Amino acid sequence: MYRYDEFDERFVRERVAQFRGQVERRLDGSLSEDEFKPLRLKNGLYLQLHAYMLRIAVPYGTLNSAQLRMLAHIAETYDKGYGHFTTRQNLQFNWPKLKDVPTILELLADVEMHCIQTSGNCIRNVTSDQFAGVAKDEVEDPRPTAELIRQWSSLHPEFVWLPRKFKIAVTGAEHDRAAIMVHDIGLKLKRNDQGAVGYEVIVGGGLGRTPMIGKVVREFLPKDELLAYLEAVMRVYNSEGRRDNKFKARVKILVHETGEEEFRARVEEEYARLDGPTINAPEEEVERIAAYFAAPTYETLPEASQVLEQARAIDPEFDRFVEQNSFEHKQPGYIALTIALKEIGAVPGDMSGDQMRAFADIAETYSFDEFRVTHSQNLVLPHVKKDDLPAVHAALKAAGLASANAGLITDIIACPGLDYCALATAKSIPIAQAIAKTFADQERQKAIGELPIKISGCINACGHHHVGAIGILGLEKGGRENYQITVGGDATEHAALGERLGPGIDAEDVPAAIEAIVETYLAEKQGSESFMETVRRTGAEPFKTGFTAFIESRAVESEAAQS
Amino acid sequence: MTLITEAGAVEDRFTRADTIDAALAVDGPVLIPLAIADEFAKARAGTEFGVFLPGSTPIDDVKPQLGNVALVAIEFPAFADGRGFSLAKKIVREGFSGTLRASGPLIADEFADALACGFTEVELPETMANRQPVQQWMAAKDTMTEHYQTGYGRGPSILQKRLAARKGA
Ligand code: HEM
Ligand code: SF4
Repeated sequence: MYRYDEFDERFVRERVAQFRGQVERRLDGSLSEDEFKPLRLKNGLYLQLHAYMLRIAVPYGTLNSAQLRMLAHIAETYDKGYGHFTTRQNLQFNWPKLKDVPTILELLADVEMHCIQTSGNCIRNVTSDQFAGVAKDEVEDPRPTAELIRQWSSLHPEFVWLPRKFKIAVTGAEHDRAAIMVHDIGLKLKRNDQGAVGYEVIVGGGLGRTPMIGKVVREFLPKDELLAYLEAVMRVYNSEGRRDNKFKARVKILVHETGEEEFRARVEEEYARLDGPTINAPEEEVERIAAYFAAPTYETLPEASQVLEQARAIDPEFDRFVEQNSFEHKQPGYIALTIALKEIGAVPGDMSGDQMRAFADIAETYSFDEFRVTHSQNLVLPHVKKDDLPAVHAALKAAGLASANAGLITDIIACPGLDYCALATAKSIPIAQAIAKTFADQERQKAIGELPIKISGCINACGHHHVGAIGILGLEKGGRENYQITVGGDATEHAALGERLGPGIDAEDVPAAIEAIVETYLAEKQGSESFMETVRRTGAEPFKTGFTAFIESRAVESEAAQS
Repeated sequence: MTLITEAGAVEDRFTRADTIDAALAVDGPVLIPLAIADEFAKARAGTEFGVFLPGSTPIDDVKPQLGNVALVAIEFPAFADGRGFSLAKKIVREGFSGTLRASGPLIADEFADALACGFTEVELPETMANRQPVQQWMAAKDTMTEHYQTGYGRGPSILQKRLAARKGA
């Protein structure tokens, strides 16, 4: 894991002092509310329905146990005893008081954390693959790149007043788990024909009210040219992105309106004009950062573990957990383990202070003191010895963290929605809870297989509904909450936006509608196809037919009930 | 209007004129719209003058004047409109070494960014200067002593300092 040096430390401390000063200047009237707002946003502080909300950066989703214990302490001292992991791999506190925020920032700095640029019209926290450094299909670990970008983008003098927020994601693997096609910039580490490492650069993806898949603006960027090229893209966007309409201000709109070709030409023109070598990170610095992400000192182990096999054979619950939640590790004898923060009936992504502490102990003992946050609002223990799995499972179970549903239909992403969010048009969390209850039966979940459902409480799409295999969007229609359902969305290298099945439905009908969609899948499925594979083959048509039949049956039922 | 440089508040030597007639009537350095710069330079060859232009101006529109003017004033329609920062960067890149002014309702909190992008002064409307007097600007520019980005600001970046420390070690 990256550790701060004296420069990083001083930087974060001074940023805290700066923010403390900004709060004071707001209170004494030097800063108007309009002026203070973007300043507090650039420090992750939102004003929400009931209270302030503080969004803490978890750069590329990597944390250690000391950091999690501090988050537990903050949750218990300054919030209501829990925190909420988000789809951007960050953590949010929903109830801090403004006066406590500078103190919270101090405490975060004590464990090398901050809230810098977790909101506002600037380059946001960089996200990455939760299996970075673990996955077998990796060209190179994406975290050193992500850390370099974190530093470079922190209080960038030129790019702190962009037209709109700007999100960068990096992956180093063939299989994209970082959703790089739906970010403002997506970077994919790759090798060219000569074997040199560089990046494929994708610009202009995004979700929100106008979802778009990003465009490849550079097939291959040599690795050492990264910062200069990013500077060129950002400069074109900062100069030319629309500022007349906040809903058209993202770079995806600029790329779309300018045209892919012309946008690429403008970036290349700017890139030709700037003096790359004076901007790029020196090789020594890239190596210095990369050294922090060197593999931990693994033991030399056989691939198979007798302890694990025996435990699986005698304990079906454990067996199911391992089958569902483990991810193959490149190091023999190890696995990466997903901890689904998705107990049936719980709030997706929520974690209590007690759970945080228990989990910190587990990460410290069994995973080289490291864990990851995923964009599915789950956690990952990246390096667990297979021999240790029974003990890890027992410890997780004691903390209420042993949900064996990673990737299944009950592993639902949901934004905060009407429960917390000032922009929400509908509930989101209760819908997730209702669906999870409907499909609580484990055998049923297993029969359905991998099926990511994503729910947003308004068109801003914080719950990524556009790229959910099943996407649910909560709107308001005639004073009632109304839910639109899509299928076929995909955030991976097969990036696709979901297709709408029909008219919106009432909240109480959502679980049954999902059941109808699942029935269609099970009827259409060939062989061992997953839900997404079936949708890709059949298209949305059969699902539309099934959905229409469902709506008609509902109409008949409600007429019968009224007469 | 209040004019603030890194050293504190200063007098504005330039008189603003919006039309060519008004500009020609001014004694001493004059600040005029970019669009009339050619005309003015012809009429008053050798006179010290500056141009003002919006932050959205393409660099290629400004470039031909950079050799003629002593001052370029980039207008910020709002403090949160960052286009002026990129334009400043492009102007400095062309080798311009005259006075580079950020003009508009900027806030003290972005003074350091403005300086790092190459601005040498900020011209504030009086209402702003009243709320955020010059002391706040002087304090705000020094709240952060380090920056990561190479090519911005005067001192070496953190990345360069690390490299130097390594080489020295
Ligand atoms: C509760 C307070 C929140 C507010 C007020 C809020 C606001 C917004 C808004 C206005 C957008 C649309 C931006 C645009 O299209 O330009 C957006 C997008 C987004 N938000 Fe949130 N959000 C909140 C919470 C969250 C949470 C909890 C998450 C993670 C679970 C999240 C993740 C995202 C993501 C991933 C997007 C889509 C980015 C894109 O358009 O590419 N937000 N949010
Ligand atoms: S999608 Fe809408 S309701 Fe949900 S968190 Fe984002 S802004 Fe709020």
